[in-house]
Formats: sequence, C-alpha cells, structure tokens
Amino acid sequence: MEIIKTDVAIIGAGGAGLRAAIALAEADPKLRIALISKVYPMRSHTCAAEGGAAGVIKSDDSLDLHFNDTVGGGDWLSDQDAVEYFINEAPKELTQLEHWGCPWSREPDGSVAVRPFGGMKIKRTWFAADKSGFHILHTLFQTSLKYPSIQRFDEYYATDLLVDDGRCQGLTALEIRSGEMKQFQAGAVIIAAGGGGKMFPFTTNGNIKTGDGMALAYRAGTPLKDMEFVQYHPTGLPNNGILLTEGCRGEGGILLNKDGRRYLQDYGMGPETPVGQPVLKTMELGPRDRLSQAFWGEQQKGNTVKTPWGDCVLLDMRHLGEKKIDERLPLVRDLCISYLGKDPVKEPIPIRPVVHYMMGGIHTDIQAATRLPGLFAAGECACVSINGANRLGSNSLTELLVFGRRAALSAIAHLQSHQVPSSDAALAAKAKASQNRIQALFDKSNGTESIAGLRQEMMDTMEANVGIYRTGEGLAAACEKIAELRQRYANIALTDKTHVYNTDLMQALELGSMLDCAEAVTVGARDRKESRGAHQRLDFTARDDENLLKHSLAHYHPTEPPRIEYLDVVITKSKPGVRDYSGAKK
Amino acid sequence: MSELQKRQIQLEVLRYNPETDTAPRYQTYSVPCLEEWVVLDALNYIKDHLDPTLSYRWSCHMAVCGSCGMMVNGEPKLACKAFIHEYKEGQIKVEPIANFPIERDLVTSVEDFITKLASVKPYLIPKEDKPVSAGEFKQTPAELKKFKQYTLCINCMLCYAACPQYALVPEFLGPAAISMAHRYNQDSRDGGRDQRQEVIASDEGVWECSFVGACSEVCPKHVDPAGALQQVKVASTIDWYKEHLMPWMKK
Amino acid sequence: MNSKPYVREVSKTTWFLSHPRYKRYMAREVTCIFIFAYTFLLIVALARLSQGEEAFNAFVQALRSPLGVLFNVAALIAAVYHSMSWFDVTPQAMPIQMGEEFVAGNIIVNAHYGAWAVVSLIILFWGM
Ligand SMILES: Cc1cc2nc3c(=O)[nH]c(=O)nc-3n(C[C@H](O)[C@H](O)[C@H](O)COP(=O)(O)OP(=O)(O)OC[C@H]3O[C@@H](n4cnc5c(N)ncnc54)[C@H](O)[C@@H]3O)c2cc1C
Ligand code: SF4
Repeated sequence: MEIIKTDVAIIGAGGAGLRAAIALAEADPKLRIALISKVYPMRSHTCAAEGGAAGVIKSDDSLDLHFNDTVGGGDWLSDQDAVEYFINEAPKELTQLEHWGCPWSREPDGSVAVRPFGGMKIKRTWFAADKSGFHILHTLFQTSLKYPSIQRFDEYYATDLLVDDGRCQGLTALEIRSGEMKQFQAGAVIIAAGGGGKMFPFTTNGNIKTGDGMALAYRAGTPLKDMEFVQYHPTGLPNNGILLTEGCRGEGGILLNKDGRRYLQDYGMGPETPVGQPVLKTMELGPRDRLSQAFWGEQQKGNTVKTPWGDCVLLDMRHLGEKKIDERLPLVRDLCISYLGKDPVKEPIPIRPVVHYMMGGIHTDIQAATRLPGLFAAGECACVSINGANRLGSNSLTELLVFGRRAALSAIAHLQSHQVPSSDAALAAKAKASQNRIQALFDKSNGTESIAGLRQEMMDTMEANVGIYRTGEGLAAACEKIAELRQRYANIALTDKTHVYNTDLMQALELGSMLDCAEAVTVGARDRKESRGAHQRLDFTARDDENLLKHSLAHYHPTEPPRIEYLDVVITKSKPGVRDYSGAKK
Repeated sequence: MSELQKRQIQLEVLRYNPETDTAPRYQTYSVPCLEEWVVLDALNYIKDHLDPTLSYRWSCHMAVCGSCGMMVNGEPKLACKAFIHEYKEGQIKVEPIANFPIERDLVTSVEDFITKLASVKPYLIPKEDKPVSAGEFKQTPAELKKFKQYTLCINCMLCYAACPQYALVPEFLGPAAISMAHRYNQDSRDGGRDQRQEVIASDEGVWECSFVGACSEVCPKHVDPAGALQQVKVASTIDWYKEHLMPWMKK
Repeated sequence: MNSKPYVREVSKTTWFLSHPRYKRYMAREVTCIFIFAYTFLLIVALARLSQGEEAFNAFVQALRSPLGVLFNVAALIAAVYHSMSWFDVTPQAMPIQMGEEFVAGNIIVNAHYGAWAVVSLIILFWGM
C-alpha cells in the first residue's frame, strides 16, 4: 500500500477544510498539508448555503447582542466560552474572506451589507445575494490555489483513522479513481467532513452529506455530542426538499396557512407585524425550531394546504416585488420556477419543514480538539458547541471559518511534540486491517441485503420517529430498528466488484456511516427526556434544566447501541431563561 | 391539486468500465418517471432499483455544485436541471460530458479543467496591502456588478463540452478558466491583471477562441463566458496598440 | 492502476455537422469569404482604374454580366448576414455600464443598426 507522508491531513474540503488548509499554509509554508476529499472541493455542500454568515460589523450592533441571540437561540445548551470566542473571531474571519475576494453584497457607500435573519435581534448577516455559501466556498477554493504546500487529494474517500499509542496518526483512504487504498501518515488529522442529513429522506442536504466524518471519529473511539438535535428548516420546496433561504423571510416574505392567516401569531410569535416590514426576532423572523414546530401545529389543526407532495403552508413574497426579488433572491426565484413551476413574484410558494442541519457532531473543546490526541474537528461534523439545541441561521458558515482556522492552529501546536510516528509497523498493520475490511466486501459472495433497500428502511425510520416532535414510544421503536439495520448491514451485497469509480462501494460505506450516526441520534433522543430547542418530545414537553442542562456524549460500540454519557454545559454569563419571540415587548 | 403525472421513459445510457470494456456501449433502462423529475432522478432510480453498477457524479440536486454535467440528447446539461417533461419523445440519451476522457460510465476525467483553472491565478491579488484589522475594502454596488456575473461559474464544464475549439485544440485554456481570470481582472480590489495576462493572452489562451458562442448558450448560470473572452481580446488588443504604437502610454 | 480513460475522437473535418449551433457558426465564418472576395474585387477595380479608362470600362462591363450581378447579389446577402451576426453579439463583447446597470443589449445592437443605416444613406446620397 502506498504511504503518503504529511504533517497535517485534513478530511474534507468544504468551507471548514479549506479554511483550515489555508490557515496551515499561512502559518508555516514548510508544513506539508494533505487536503483529502471525496469530491472536488467546489462540489462540497457549503456551495448550497444561500442566506449568509453572521458577524458583528455595524455600529448599532455589539458582540454581547450576538452572544445573547446565539445562546438563547440554542436554548442554553451552547457552551458560552465557545460562543464568546466564536463571536469575537467572526467579524475578522468575514473580513478576511472579503480580502480574499468574496463578492459580498454592498451598501451604496461601498461597505458590506447585512440582512436580517431568524432569531437575530440586529441585522448582522453578511450575504452575497442568495448564494453566500457558494461564494464562500469558491473564494476559499480559489484562494487555496495560491499555496503550493496544500496538496489536494481530490476524490479520495477516507475509510478509517489510524490510531496508535493513544493518538491519531493518519488515516486510510480509497482513491476513488483507481479503487486503490492509500495510507496517509500524519502528525495530526483534522476532520471537516460535514453533516449527515442524508440519513433522512427529505432534506436540504446533498448526496455527499452522509456523516462519514462523524462516523470516522466515533468508530475511532472519540464520542459524538448532542446528536439528538437535528434542525428542520421551515421553508423547503415540498417535492424535493430544496431550500428556500431564511433570507426570503428576512427580506419580508410571510408565512400563511390555508386560510391566508399568518399562523405564527398563534404560536407565541405574535402579534402580527406589518406585511413587508419584518420585525427582528418575532413572527417570520423567529428561530427555526419554533417555526418548524408551528407548522406541525397547523398540520394537527388541519390548517395546512393539501398538495400532491403532502401538507404545506405558503411562503408569500409577492409584495417584495420583482426588482427586489431579482436583486436579493435570484436563486430562490430560479429554484421555485424551475423545480416547482411557480414564480414567487406572482404566487405564494407551498413549502414544508425539511431536515437541514445537525447541531451535534464530534465532541471538541474550544480549541477544536477531540478527546483523541492528534485529532481535531471543525465545521458541521464537529460540535464545539456554539449551536446548542438549535442553531441560528447564518452562524454555521461563520463557524466553519472560525473553527476551521482554530483547528489548524491547534494541529500545529500538537505537531510541536508529536511529529514522529510511534511505530511505522503498527500503523501499517492498522492500515492493512482497514484495507481488509473493504476487501471483505468484495470477497463476500453470500450477501443478501441490498444497499438501497437498507438505506430506505433507515430513512423511513428516521422520518417516522425522529422528526420535529418525538415520543418515547417512537424513539424506542427507532432505536430497535436502527440496531437491527446495523446488524443486517453486516450482510450487505456488493453488486459492483470492479475498482474504478465504484460508486456502489461508496454507497455501501456511506450507508455504514449513516447507520452509525443514526443510532447515536436515536439513542440520544430516546434518553433525553425533556424538550429543548430542536428536540421536542410530546411525552416530556418541558425543558429540564435541573437534570439535563447537559451535553450528551455517545460512545461507539461495534455491535451494541452506544453508551451515553452526560457533560455539563459551560455557562459563563447567561443563566438559562425564557426564549421569548413574541413581539409584544418590542 | 392534481395527482403527479407519470411516464415510462427509455433511458439510453452510455456505459464504459475500463476493467471489462474496451470501448463504450449503450444500455437502455425503462424508468417510470414522474413528469416533474429531472434526468438525475431517473439515474438515481436506476442506481437504486435497476442497476447498482451505474456510476455518475452528483451531489446538491439544485444546480449549484456543478457535479452532474452530462450530454442529454447530445446537449451539455446539468442532469439535475434537465427536466423530464422537456423530452416529449419518451426516449432520452445520456452520455458523459463531451470533450473529456471517460473514466467510467458517466464519469469523466476533469483534471485538465482543474489545472487550467489554477493556471490563471483565480484569486484576488490585492491592489493595495491592507491588514484585516483595517476593515473591508470598499466596493460600490456598481463596482460589484461589473464582475458579479463572472463569479457565478459553478465549474460544471458544460462550456468546455460545447466548445468546438476545445474539442479540436485541447491545449485551449477554455471558456470558464478565462472567464474566471476576467472576473478578477474586473474586480475593483484587484491589481493582478498583468500577472494573469501572460497566460490568458497567449495563443492557447484567448486567441484560440473564434467566438462560436456555444459556451454562453449552454452555460446554466448565464455567466456568458463568450462575452468575457471577447472583452479580454478587446483589452489585450488595446494593450498591444499601447505598447507598440503608443509606447508613451505605458507607465 | 486500473484506470484507462477512453477518449472520444472528434472529426477534424465534419465536427460542425453535429449541432445546428455549429452550422450557424460556420455560416457566419463562411460568409466572410464573400467579403474577402468583394474586397479583392475592389482592389482589382483600383488596378483597372490605374490602367486607364478603357480597362476600367471593360471591368465595369464584366460586372454587368449575369455572373457579375449574381456575385454582387450573393456578396451583398453574405455581407448583410455576416454583419448582422456580428451586431447581435456586440453587447457581449462591448458591454456598457452606466451607473450600476448595464445598458440593455438590444439598445447596443439597435445603435449599430442605426449607425449602419445612417452610413448607408450618406453613401447613397453622396454617391448620387
Ligand atoms: C441548503 C443549505 C443552505 C444552508 N444555508 C446556510 C446559511 O445561509 N448560513 C449558514 O450559516 N449555514 C447554512 N447552511 C449550513 C452550512 O452551509 C453547512 O453547515 C456548512 O456548509 C458545512 O460545511 P463543512 O465545511 O462542515 O462541510 P461540507 O461543505 O459539507 O464539506 C464536507 C467535505 O467533506 C468531504 N468528505 C465527507 N466525507 C468524506 C470522506 N469519507 N472522505 C473524504 N472526504 C469526505 C466532502 O467531500 C466535502 O469536501 C446551509 C446548509 C444547507 C444544506
Ligand atoms: S462558465 Fe458556465 S458552463 Fe462554463 S463552467 Fe462556468 S457555469 Fe459551467
């Protein structure tokens, strides 16, 4: 097996991975950096982000306000020291991107423009029309081309981390083009492999978001944190889950039920605000968890619109007018017309909540370090946690940058004392074991389970039982089912036994990642007997700060369900309070 | 609302596996498609229900990641934006994107494009040094609009598939790479044009372009690469005149 | 290495038959032959003029032949097609930004047609 020696290996070339790579290259041009990604960097799902990235820049704003919004938005499950660090770094990172050429939308005077976003008290979301993530990703990718020390391994699929002597010293990855396994020997590894929304059938997430990074760390023995918190975005296209950004509401779009009522006022987010004059942090600019829950309420009351794609509510943007829609939301208009045949300039758009983001992920500390020495994580696959029980829109893109860079700096610090591999032979043996695991899939001739079939069963289970509102019963059933699927996974059949671009194999491996993550989600959710942020239980409707103001940590077991451990949340200056998104006081 | 319409579609898909085939062949699949589907949905149906060995790239399903460029009935298209209802005949031919070597089935080798993109220095080379702590560079909405369109390129390479010059002269830098150089050249914050000029104003650069215009016709993001290339030609011609006929104009 | 990329050959001679847009392009390119030929004709005219009145008259006479007329008509049609196909793409090559907005493409195209008409009229009246 070819051994590729490097100082830092990064798994994932989305926003977080690219930011980490650039930070490494800038810090020390002599560092050897391996940037490993299962897709070409610009295909990473950061490209799909539309709305924008939050960071305090305007004079009417303050770091404290951003802090309060984030901590309250996260239902006090965020670690406040991490949030504070994040908020401080955010404006610097966004400005840095500007210096790298990101085409942020502008005010007439040439300064960067900001737009309102859900749950934010002040306008602070930097945006590039409604293609913010796309521009961030391409700016980072193109900037990374400046640095010869960033060596890219495009279309390499990471299969296992190599751990020896109690620290992470590399990984194995399949070169998808040849089907050959490679061993990466590294002083430090950063995982930036994105989220895992694809374990659900109806999601804004792209095909690549299969939780691989989380599963890599999890299987290597470092825990996943707060996995039960899965964010539904309130406004997805009903037929395929394509996202209509929160910017739609930020710019003044309103939500209506079948009777044309702005139903959010019936869910503690009223009173109604004037149409086309959105008021921050209330009504349509409430947080995502609350808005998605309100949809569920309308569905229970029979107030939704029936469509061939199921129950919907309506997102009405007609009053914004064609000019504003074309200037601020051109992609949204294009997506609605192309994929639904409806023009938001002329008619309201049917929408429904859609799985969007995982608050949980690889447990890291504020330095982006996991519990496994030498292993760092950043981006959606990590959980620091700044997002707590519910991420505020536009905090994630900023998080990629802040903690992508942080992970790079921590990796450099780790290298100071850990440059030399513990034992070449031990690492090679582990790499060989990883290769054998894949080879076994090829050698096996008696597999009976279909990959697509198991995947469908997993998705159905997640959708039925781990949605916006959950019950103890449903979650118990889901845990049982996912455990069963994990067992049956051992019996999958690979149809394609060739090597070049074997996407059948990729799908098999991705399914394995998703099942591991799905189990952490379901077990975490079953054991969290309270309602907080995006985790809402019909049998435990209140938040339980006394017992559960805690992060959950899921520890992997190859055949059993995970063991769940709890960890105190770091509270520095904001005591848990009431999340009030009514407009009455304003 | 009415029920969703379904239609049986014959998908004729190019297959090529270097380990078992010496040349590409075609395989036809009969797929029950919803009218609202795109070709990518039909491929996913094949992969999940008919033939797990079919290989192709895709991710976002919203025409922004640029992975799923293919030839659909001979036309370069994003499979996620090629709508079934636009193909009335019930027969759709799907092939890998033209002008790139076929690695396997619908997957092509895109290294040539990536190398060319990297060669034009597609990043901001600032006119003036300014530390991050000094805040952002000012840029008016008009200055932004001047280059905005060229930032929209998703690197899908459909323009390369449509370009006969690229087909005939593989050394040609091509539409998207030159457009990206133009994007930075036009950015009010950038001062790197001279550095890029050497590559893009060469024979394999913009002068290989004969303005067929096909790139702009197929570009799914309306980048108008053909326009960008002509503007680069105009600017390069002016450079030449300044240098040779009016040397005093050069600083 | 298992990879063995397959390269599809492109015909150097018939590629343009594969798509209508390539044929359109070829039509634009081919029409320039007529423009070249017409330019050549003008040079011949000059040469004849320099050779004296008689030579020039013979040349004009030749132009009046059916073949000459046919060539002139064909060259005119080709020149018109050629010019129009270029006018239509001028907004791409020479966009004009005024304030924030770009001047609409059809204004630039129409301005070309306008200028063409004016120049043609001037030549026509000046010639008469
Ligand atoms: C539609 C949509 C809109 C959004 N809009 C916003 C927004 O407006 N504002 C905001 O703040 N956030 C938004 N988000 C969230 C945010 O975009 C994501 O959380 C973020 O982009 C994730 O970035 P990342 O770098 O962590 O991962 P990604 O960009 O997903 O990249 C993951 C990388 O890991 C690689 N990878 C994965 N597995 C492997 C493996 N096994 N081997 C090798 N490489 C691997 C992939 O190839 C890829 O390069 C949005 C999300 C979605 C889905
Ligand atoms: S210019 Fe257009 S067609 Fe060419 S790669 Fe970019 S988006 Fe695709």
